[in-house]
Amino acid sequence: MDLAQIVQYCFSGITVGSIYAIVAIGFNIIFNTTGIINFAQGEFLIVGAMTSISLCKVLPLPLAILVAVLITTLLGGLVELVFIRRLRDASVLRLIVITIGVSILIREAMLHIWDEKVRSLPYFTGTSISTVTLLGAHISLQVLWVLGVSAVVVMALTLFFRFTLMGRAMRSCADDRMAARLCGVNDRWMVTLSFMLSAGTGALAGCVISPITQTQYDMGAPLAIKGFTVAILGGLGNSMAAVAAGLLLGLLEAFMVSQLQVAYKEAVAIVVLLLVLVFRPSGLFARSEVSALRAS
Amino acid sequence: MTTLRRHIPLAVGILTIITLHLSLSRAGATYYMTQITMSAYYALVVIGLCLLMGYAGQVSLGHAGFFAVGGYICAVLTTHNLVAYRGAPFILWCRSLGLVFERQDLYGVTILSFAPWPAFVASLTVAGLIAFLIGLPVLRLKGHYLAMATMGFGLIIYRLVLGARLFGQADGISNVPPFPLFGSLQVNGRPPFRVQNYYIAWTVVMAAMLLSVSLIHSRVGRALRSIHENEEAAHSLGIDAYRYKLATFVLSALFAAAGGALLTHYNGSIGPSEVTVMKSIRYVAIVAVGGMANLWGALAMGVVLNFLSLRGVFGTYDDVVFGAILIAMMVFAPEGLLRVPRLRALPFLARRRHG
Repeated sequence: MDLAQIVQYCFSGITVGSIYAIVAIGFNIIFNTTGIINFAQGEFLIVGAMTSISLCKVLPLPLAILVAVLITTLLGGLVELVFIRRLRDASVLRLIVITIGVSILIREAMLHIWDEKVRSLPYFTGTSISTVTLLGAHISLQVLWVLGVSAVVVMALTLFFRFTLMGRAMRSCADDRMAARLCGVNDRWMVTLSFMLSAGTGALAGCVISPITQTQYDMGAPLAIKGFTVAILGGLGNSMAAVAAGLLLGLLEAFMVSQLQVAYKEAVAIVVLLLVLVFRPSGLFARSEVSALRAS
Repeated sequence: MTTLRRHIPLAVGILTIITLHLSLSRAGATYYMTQITMSAYYALVVIGLCLLMGYAGQVSLGHAGFFAVGGYICAVLTTHNLVAYRGAPFILWCRSLGLVFERQDLYGVTILSFAPWPAFVASLTVAGLIAFLIGLPVLRLKGHYLAMATMGFGLIIYRLVLGARLFGQADGISNVPPFPLFGSLQVNGRPPFRVQNYYIAWTVVMAAMLLSVSLIHSRVGRALRSIHENEEAAHSLGIDAYRYKLATFVLSALFAAAGGALLTHYNGSIGPSEVTVMKSIRYVAIVAVGGMANLWGALAMGVVLNFLSLRGVFGTYDDVVFGAILIAMMVFAPEGLLRVPRLRALPFLARRRHG
């Protein structure tokens, strides 16, 4: 394997890795405010991409993506309002099973709205063959878009959670819901907001990768599994660690593809997931004492 | 007296089965029995999952994986042609024990493969072992980790089956021979064997039910129930919650594998569609409809819903129906449709995460 090849694999790994990271952050946002693992997270990406592909025929690309992200955001809020909010004292398991059901409904709705054809957005700049050359490797312009958008999303979310009142209110709900409520935070609205936020970021991620990976109605579940793996790998709820874990998994997958059959690529993430669950259920970056506590 | 009352549903079940057979043959619609037989094997998976979800309070999203382990191992062992190795000492040894058998296929080619009985035992052993290995670390964790780990397991099996030539990739494995039980009884899907197989399937299911019902009314069942109510209190009474959960998980995987193995022999084939995540979710949905801790409800719903699905009643909305059922049950009636069980559904998970 020469340098150019290594750079090529690195870039492909970082590209998918950053998408996994965004999915993982979507999981984390909802997990932090509710303790739910939202199985419909992957579907949000596909809804976003599919909507923008349809809108793209009548609207200019940036506007189509914007509207698609807004629509998906509303969908996320709707899911929370209809299914989650009314069950305030339900067990977490019950809520998780509901999100599984929601993911099936969204997926089947997409199948009936858009059929099972593979579609994709046009490349944001240039065409599928325009590339930049770096250290002998050819890198598609869309890859740069993915990296740029991921970086902006991660940074914006970090700033949002750290410096805005609303972001702080959401974090306070994650820490201690009762205390947050006593301080006058509307915790129910925060839960709705967390669904909207993670649906919106998911939709944006879905749009950005659509030109590279293309989009099909049933691609949400595998993405969700990868995203969940990454979220666990980084430690559930820890978004910055999710970025590192996402890149790690992306690179691992990219280099595995050079060694293994493509059919087994999916299995890599799952083996990683199982290994992490077995050995470090609180994530790679948590201290071992925390792991021991969680496991007990 | 209580023992007697416990077995009333069993008697009702057996009566229903016989009545169903008689009325179907009176109506000249015995072809329905094929799908009922298939539904019964699927119901076997549901019974195991009901033990796990309703009584041990753990959820598995990979039971289609265990089903497939059972089915595929049987299919591979009984169809993989070993003629090339017929002189090998291991095969000769197996032959002397009657573990392999020779037959001719449609085109007169001699096929030497493992016999269904050893294949069945092997498939159950492997499924049980896998469940043990997954459960061993994961059941020590709380919450939804088993759901995720089993979902991961299901996906790995799915990928493996799609990717490996040994498992027939997207085509699956066909021409699986019938499973001779004893005498003239055999698990065989051809029409002359229809009535016989209807009763074979139901005998297996009823045996599983009897085992499960006895189990939940035994010391083990009481232990599981106490874990369910309050794990700490159960601990203080010296109940090893972890061991009971693990045992239940392995048992439920064995049920699923047995269902897969028998259905594969019955259908004569198995394909990757049996292993999708959606299949696993479907089993969870059925247990939810039956009422989490309600074995008879799960059995009834398992047979009815699978039968309707196999008849194609839901058309292209098959998955939607199960998704909608899952949501509706969880939102409106988490205790199941058929009766209010004595236990609240999965209370041990009700603990919200703090900090």
